[in-house]
Formats: sequence, C-alpha cells, structure tokens
Amino acid sequence: MSKEKIQLSEDLADIMPPEYQEMVATATFGNEDRSWKDIGTSKELIEQHSLCAGCPESIAFRFILASIPAPEDSVFVGSTGCTSLVFPHVGVQNIHSLFGNQNAIASGLQRALKLRFPDVYKDVIVLAGDGATVDIGLDMTMQSWFRQEKFTTICFDNELYANTGGQESGLMQKGFVSKMAPVGKKFEKVRLPEIAFESGCHYVACLTVSKPNRVEQVIRNAIYVSREFGPTYVQLYTPCILEIGKQSMEGLDEMKESEAIGQRFVMKEFMTDEVKEFLKEKNAEQKARKKAAKAAVTA
Amino acid sequence: MNKKVEAQDRRILLSETVELGEKTNKGQTVTDPNVLFNEMEREASFLTGSEVIRAAIKRANLDVSVAYPITPQSEAAALIGELYAEGYVREYFRGESEFAVMGQCAGASFGGARVFTTTAGPGTLRAMENFPMWAGSRLPIQVCVTCRGINSPLSIQPDTLEMYYLLETGMLVWHAETAQDLYDWILGGFMVSEQPDVHLPLALCCDGFFVTHTKDTVMLQSDEYCIPAYDPYRSPVPCMDMECPPIRMMRDPFIMKSNYISYMTHASWQQEIHAAVERSRKHTLPIMNGSLIETENLDREILIVASGTAVSQGREAIRLLEEEEGIKVGLVKIKSIRPFPTEEIREATANAKTIFIPEFNIKGWLAREVKSILSNNERVIAGPHVAGGMTMPSEVIVDEIKKSLGVAGPRLESRG
Repeated sequence: MSKEKIQLSEDLADIMPPEYQEMVATATFGNEDRSWKDIGTSKELIEQHSLCAGCPESIAFRFILASIPAPEDSVFVGSTGCTSLVFPHVGVQNIHSLFGNQNAIASGLQRALKLRFPDVYKDVIVLAGDGATVDIGLDMTMQSWFRQEKFTTICFDNELYANTGGQESGLMQKGFVSKMAPVGKKFEKVRLPEIAFESGCHYVACLTVSKPNRVEQVIRNAIYVSREFGPTYVQLYTPCILEIGKQSMEGLDEMKESEAIGQRFVMKEFMTDEVKEFLKEKNAEQKARKKAAKAAVTA
Repeated sequence: MNKKVEAQDRRILLSETVELGEKTNKGQTVTDPNVLFNEMEREASFLTGSEVIRAAIKRANLDVSVAYPITPQSEAAALIGELYAEGYVREYFRGESEFAVMGQCAGASFGGARVFTTTAGPGTLRAMENFPMWAGSRLPIQVCVTCRGINSPLSIQPDTLEMYYLLETGMLVWHAETAQDLYDWILGGFMVSEQPDVHLPLALCCDGFFVTHTKDTVMLQSDEYCIPAYDPYRSPVPCMDMECPPIRMMRDPFIMKSNYISYMTHASWQQEIHAAVERSRKHTLPIMNGSLIETENLDREILIVASGTAVSQGREAIRLLEEEEGIKVGLVKIKSIRPFPTEEIREATANAKTIFIPEFNIKGWLAREVKSILSNNERVIAGPHVAGGMTMPSEVIVDEIKKSLGVAGPRLESRG
C-alpha cells in the first residue's frame, strides 16, 4: 500500500472521523526509520486500547506498532485473548480467526502475499499471547518454524491465561498458584526461546518491554531477518498486573525486577552467524540513513 | 429464504477486470466459464474420482492448495501436488493436521488467493472449528470432502454422516453423485462461491471410495483452457493485503462486548451469512443444469429421493422394480444440500404417496431434512440406511420398497 491510498476523498472528508483525518495527516506510513520516539508527536497506529489501566501489554502494543519498519505493507495475525480486544483499534490490517491457529493463518497468508506481490516485502507478523503460542497453538507455532515460513512470531508472555481470568499456562513459572494450578504449577516454565532457535528460527529474542529502545531493535531485527532468512521469534514479558496482584502503576517495576541479573527475563538473543553479519550491515545502513536525514535537516 | 429461483437465462457473472483470452504461465487460455462449461467440445476420459479432481484443478487457475494425508482423499491431494510440480498450481504444501491445514487455507484466502483443499471423515471433524470461521470471514475456499466413517472403532470406509455436521456451518454444501458431477462442480463451485453476493466457502462432498476410487467416464474439455483467476477485490470484505486503508472506525470495538448491540451485531452477521447461502441459488443454476434437483418420472406414486451415490443405487433399484416386479418408481436427485432445494422438493413430491430416502449413514439426516419441509411427511420413509462402510446393493432398496408395499420377496434371504 502506498501512502496515497489513505488519502481522503474531498467529497467525503468532512464526514470522516477525526482519527482518520489525523492518520492521513501525521501517521508515519512510508517512513522506514519510524521509531517509538515518534509517539506523542505523530499519529500512533494504535488509537486507544481496551486493556486494563497500566497494562504492560498496552505499552508493548505501542512500541511494536511504532517500530515495525513498513506498516503500510504489514499484516498482523492475532489470536483470541486480551490482544484481540486491541486490534480493532489499530491502523494496520489484522486477522483474528481462531484461538491458537495464528501461525497456520500466517503461513497461508505470507505465501499468498508472496505470490500476489512478488516484488514487495509484505511483512506478516503474528502477535499472540502465551496460551495461544505455547499451549493450544504450539503445534502450529513450531511447524511453521520447521517449514521455514518467512514471518515473525511475537508472543506476549504474561505467564498465564489473562483474558479468561488467570489460569495456568505453559509459560507460567513453576510453583505459581493460580486457577487450574490450585497447589502451584508442577513443571518448569517452557523454554520456548531455546526451542525456537533449535526449531529453525533464525533470530530469537526474549525480554521485557521496560526499555523501548530494546523492543524497537528486536522487532526491527526480527522483521528484517524474517524477510531474508526465515522464521523469527520474539517473546516479550508483559505481566498481567491484574492476575499477579499488582497495582496499575507497578507494571514497569515488575518488568524491571524480572529482568535484573539472575532473574528469569534477563534479555537473551539467539541468532546464526549469518544473521549477525546481516544485522550488522542493516544497522550500519540505518545509521547512515539517519545521519544523512539529520544533515539534510540541519543544512 | 428457501425460495426457488427460476433458471431463465442465467449466466455465470464475471469480474470486470478479467482478461479473457489471456495466457497463463502454463500457456492455458483464460476462458469465459459460460463458454468453457456449456459450449466447448469435450472428450471422454476414463478416470478415478481422484484423477477427476486433478483434472478439474488443472483447469481451475488455482493459487494455493494445502494437503494432508487421510484416506480416501490422499491420492487426490497428492495429485494436486503433481500439478504444483508441473506449474499449474502456484503454491502447495503439506500441513500438519486438518485443523492447521484449514487455517493455512484461511490465511491464503485472507491474502487474496484462490484456495482448494481436500479432507475426509475424522479430518473433517478435526477441522470443524474452521468451517464457520471461513464462512463468517467470507472466505470462498473450496474443500472437497470425500466422505468416510467418523465412528469409533475406526473405519476408513464410505459413510456420509460427516455431511450432517457441515450443514449449519454457513458453507455451501453440495453432494456429487458421479465423477462428472465432481469435475463440473469443482470448476463451477469456484464461480459460485466467489460471487460478491455469495463469497462463501464450498464443501463439495462426494462418497469416498465409491466416487474417489472407482473409474468412470468423464467428459473433459481440453486442458489448454482454464477458468479466470480469482479477483480478491470483488470480495464484500477487505482483502487482508494492506492494499486498502485499515480504517479504524470504531471508537469502541463493540463486537467483543457484552451488551445488546454487540449481540445483535453478531446475530445480524450470522443472518447475513445464511442469506448469502440463499443468494447462491441463482448463481448455482447455470452450474447445475438449471435446477438444484434432477427428477425422473414425477407422476409416479412412489419416489426415491436421494443425494450422492445413493442416487445411482436408487436408479438401479427403479430399473429392477420395473423390470422384475412391474412396480413403477420415480426419482429425485438432490444436488445442493445448502442451500436446500425446499420448494423444488415440495413441487417434485407433490403427487407422491410414498417417498423413500436411501442413505449411507446411520441416522438418515437427509430424511430428516426432507421431512422437515414436507406436509404429510408420514409419506417419507427414512431408509434404507447402511453405515460404517456397508455397500447398499440396489436389492436392499428394492426389498425396502416391496416390504412397505406388502409385496414379500425372498431376494435378500437368497443372497446367503
């Protein structure tokens, strides 16, 4: 999609909603170097959200939507859960079909878009919770990696089933007491990042969303690598403050604590040597581009 | 709803962007389906049902097919793979389960591709959650269901019970009797389900083994021709390719809320899906020779009403009854189960005193469907039934009819 396609028809301009007017005027479609730093100065691609006040998932949504390199040619595939409450507010096309089939949908979608638009990168991005990714959809998640499907899978890991009221999930910590784990979860948190790398993902990152720079970098890395090499996986800790008994303002602290040295969300990244080299070049390109843009502004 | 639509001179409507006469990458000429289906010369071939599926797909200008092995559709799915290797099908791969395959088909269809797949029996049931999703998302995917048993203990044999589960998914459901039906309806099915006012998935059912694994004479057009490509921009809902603006129009996404407006929105969307099924009638007529049913000798007091290969068995039973017993029986073949030919069946059975409905399943779902639309439905005799892979020799139908007429016969006993 080129930016021209979101332009307003003059005849209809006065009846179009203000959000749309704003999207045409100041959204960052078509700017490859868009960034989380645009939040607040340009039209965000997420209008509002219907998540709980202070939900870390809502800030993760903002960072991701501000970081994807080509929203004008990106399609999201979601799943059932809290995320599916947000997607109707988003300025990028998205598919929500069933619970857990997101990587199957994305496999078909990416292949169809490649057939129809062979010369354009149409980025397919899966965004689903940990129940959808690791439990009910694990088969389809991993099979898409085995098959080397060229898209990015992002998992919002809140370590439980949040939308249904806080039940045990595979990514929950061992010993945590929750609904359906009345005496504490009896097995370890599934090591999906390691499994992802073993299963053929070319780039894997696991981190919290406490630091927007890091989130932006891994999302861009994952998408660029998925275009050239194959599947990529990003797992983001977005604690469900409601279900772990925290206050609205405590989400950030929870993430910071859990990423401290020795804790379970110390940032980790896995990639092949080839990908490391590719990302180095890609980042150098980006830096050069930004420098040139800055020079043009100051000149 | 359920109104009969007259055939008149209905033709298959085409996308305005279609370039007839264009050559595909395989050198096939894109042809007006009205010409391809009705006017073009055909030659006889002697093929199995699986080979017929391959023959139809070769002419279907197909973008994507996703395969998974399950008897009795495995051969057809593998033959489509050969077409991919030859370049006639643009994308093809094996999924990991029927649930995943139907999701992969949905993804490709969301992305604007023409999609075909095949499944059977337990596969149909494993995939089931996808079918109402396909319909609700207005995805015109075609799935060929080669019916087989779904019971436990496991059976791989023919049985049509799975069709009963498909009836209210919002899909079009057709039931092919012969390999010729299968061939014509695969190609015609794309033309019907891709119409903007339909735009729904089609479950094209046939009886496993009886159709898939037996050879039959099929009249085929030259494979130098194919139907026009799918035009995703005729869809009544946006194609998910980010080529149209992602309009975030809703301040509050009411569809996920618990309030009356939200419930009503869902209800009206479901009504729209089933209304679209009804709207498919007028587009289906040119595919099915002008009617959703086919009839023979409706003036007779006894009728056999059936679908699928039960029609063929019924036809043979009618011949036996007339030749051996002098009993005259008429026939109604039901081609489309959704939409259901309510008015057509009412008219066709208006003079019948007794209606027999032979079926290849234990519960007799077609008899229930027919009983539900007829007055004086005590006329309907739900049977004979066979199930679990049993064949239904024409003699079984003959005996059922004779028994109800009070004409005793030693036929079955004498079979040993």
